[in-house]
Amino acid sequence: MDFYSLLIQLLNAVQYGLLLFLVASGLTLIFGIMGIINLAHGSFYMIGAYLAFSLASLTGSLLWAVLLGTVLSVALGLFLEWALFSRFYKRDHLEQVLLTYGLILVFEELRSLLLGNDVHGVAVPAALSASIPLTDTLSYPVYRLFMSGVCLVLAAGLYLVIQRTRVGMMIRAGASNREMVQSLGLNINLVYRLVFALGVALASLAGMIAAPASSVYPGMGTQVLIICFVVVVIGGIGSVWGAMLAALLIGLVDTFGKVFLPSVSGLLVYLLMAVILLWRPEGLVKRT
Amino acid sequence: MRLHTSFRRILGAAAAALLLPAAAARADQPKIRVGLMLPYSGTYTSLGVNITNGFKLAIAEHGGKLGGRAIEYFTVDDESDPAKAPDNANKLIKRDHVDVLVGTVHSGVALAMAKMAKDTGTLLIVPNAGAGDITGPLCAPNIFRTSFTMWQSGYAMGKEALREGKKTAVTFTWKYAAGEESVDAFKEAFEAGGGKVLKMMALPFPQVEFQSYLTEIAALKPDMVYSFFSGGGAVKYVKDYAAAGLKAHIPLYGPGFLTDGTLEGQGEAAQGILTTLHYGDGLDNPKDKAFRAAYLKAYGSEPDVFSVQGYDSGQLLAAGVEAVKGDISKRKELIAAMEHAKIDSPRGPMTLSRSHNPVNNIYLRKVVGKENKVIGIAAPALADPGRGCKM
Repeated sequence: MDFYSLLIQLLNAVQYGLLLFLVASGLTLIFGIMGIINLAHGSFYMIGAYLAFSLASLTGSLLWAVLLGTVLSVALGLFLEWALFSRFYKRDHLEQVLLTYGLILVFEELRSLLLGNDVHGVAVPAALSASIPLTDTLSYPVYRLFMSGVCLVLAAGLYLVIQRTRVGMMIRAGASNREMVQSLGLNINLVYRLVFALGVALASLAGMIAAPASSVYPGMGTQVLIICFVVVVIGGIGSVWGAMLAALLIGLVDTFGKVFLPSVSGLLVYLLMAVILLWRPEGLVKRT
Repeated sequence: MRLHTSFRRILGAAAAALLLPAAAARADQPKIRVGLMLPYSGTYTSLGVNITNGFKLAIAEHGGKLGGRAIEYFTVDDESDPAKAPDNANKLIKRDHVDVLVGTVHSGVALAMAKMAKDTGTLLIVPNAGAGDITGPLCAPNIFRTSFTMWQSGYAMGKEALREGKKTAVTFTWKYAAGEESVDAFKEAFEAGGGKVLKMMALPFPQVEFQSYLTEIAALKPDMVYSFFSGGGAVKYVKDYAAAGLKAHIPLYGPGFLTDGTLEGQGEAAQGILTTLHYGDGLDNPKDKAFRAAYLKAYGSEPDVFSVQGYDSGQLLAAGVEAVKGDISKRKELIAAMEHAKIDSPRGPMTLSRSHNPVNNIYLRKVVGKENKVIGIAAPALADPGRGCKM
């Protein structure tokens, strides 16, 4: 393997890691701040992809589909928090798992009823459909670079909102002591509702952005769910910064594992998780 | 004269009286109980439905009866879940006492069904699952298959690649039985004819992050790539392959599953890809035309390769039951008739190998628009070697 191929593989790794981060960031927020184990997070990713597919064919433009889809996802998040999740904060984790597992089944069945079980493709917007030639046989699709760009922008935005704004301060405060925030006269329920909607929107956005590159198919949500939990656990529960580190680390280990140790590549990510948990049981970044 | 008439009347009545019990007995003849164990929920729902439609169409074309006996269907949704397979098969065999079991799509479930059939002696017709073992080590006189083995399409493509002058290849698939059987068969044919497989790559099922493998393919620069993926994975793979700019330099080949039922999603990226399978679009034979028309009329949708396999399962059962005139207790004759059946299939003529797997043409198909157009025969009347079958 020459130096040039290594560089390209590095690019693959970073690009995969960034996409993982986008899905996992919502999971870590909901998990860390609200203490909810949300197994249905993968379903939000799937819903995003299917929203992109149906709205893009309705409006004829992926941009409109993403804008509309984000609004709808936020609305879905607000509704679910109001109708279901707000009743589960004080309950046992096992009951939360039951609720969110039930949601997976409901969303999958609804998807099957409304849109069927076929595999669909979403067209890459014309402006981003080119490929940049890297070697004489390999070129890199511009859309993949665009995806990485969007992920970086969102990550930066998320960091700024949580660390530098009043709402962010409320979110952080709510995460460490719910009762104290309430007794200071802040509406913690509203904060939770917003965080949940944000989490849903992030997962759904990841699905929408990934749809043109990965196509849209039944069961796509469960595939990302497991690896997202690995990201959250390695990164440290509730830490957005940790999720970013962990996602990039997994991207690297997975990609170079496939290149250098193809026979055990499926195992490496989980091995990494085990080693990190032995070394730092609370994950890479401990919440303060 | 009067006497004559009444005599005739008496004679007629007597004859009728004599015939009546026979006729009544025929009407009372128990129905043949057919157990359909197929996926009616989950990812493979449409496959299960199309196989069922095809099967029932074949029976309907025999007037709904085989050897004078009506057919009664028992259905179980196998959910494509191997863990539930023994239970589900038991429901049909022990509870419903079916005479013949038809199923299924998922190879893991079908393997469990084959084991049950082998133990209980129930007649089994497999209308899809391509695991080599079903007509290999697990083969039995009462187990038949009307679909394919992964070996057949892979081997045929190995031959075809040599004909096209390819010298080197890379194979890439999911790390599971179907994928490995397919690429191994390709390698067997390709290397026997002097080709060289540079690298065999495999990705854990059902992961779809292909980018690092595509980068490796670009670095290895083989003459061609042979890949098995299916469903959602196939859509993403074919699109990623094209987006990585590989398609223009290193042609992609595969078994038919790479582009079957997925062209809607693959679109432009799939155009021109060559695949091998026992069926395709635009087969120029009258049986296929008649079948397609009848299927469209009966169900309002176009048939696919799974409909054909279901239809041929019905035809194969008909060939056996008709030969023993409905008396399925004559097992030896029934099985012998099925073994030697010459099925006039929409895919072209089909017979069965010694291990009860179809012997038929494997076609070379090219993706044109939304169709897998048949452009030639990659291997005529190709029989699976049935390795491990002691029958």
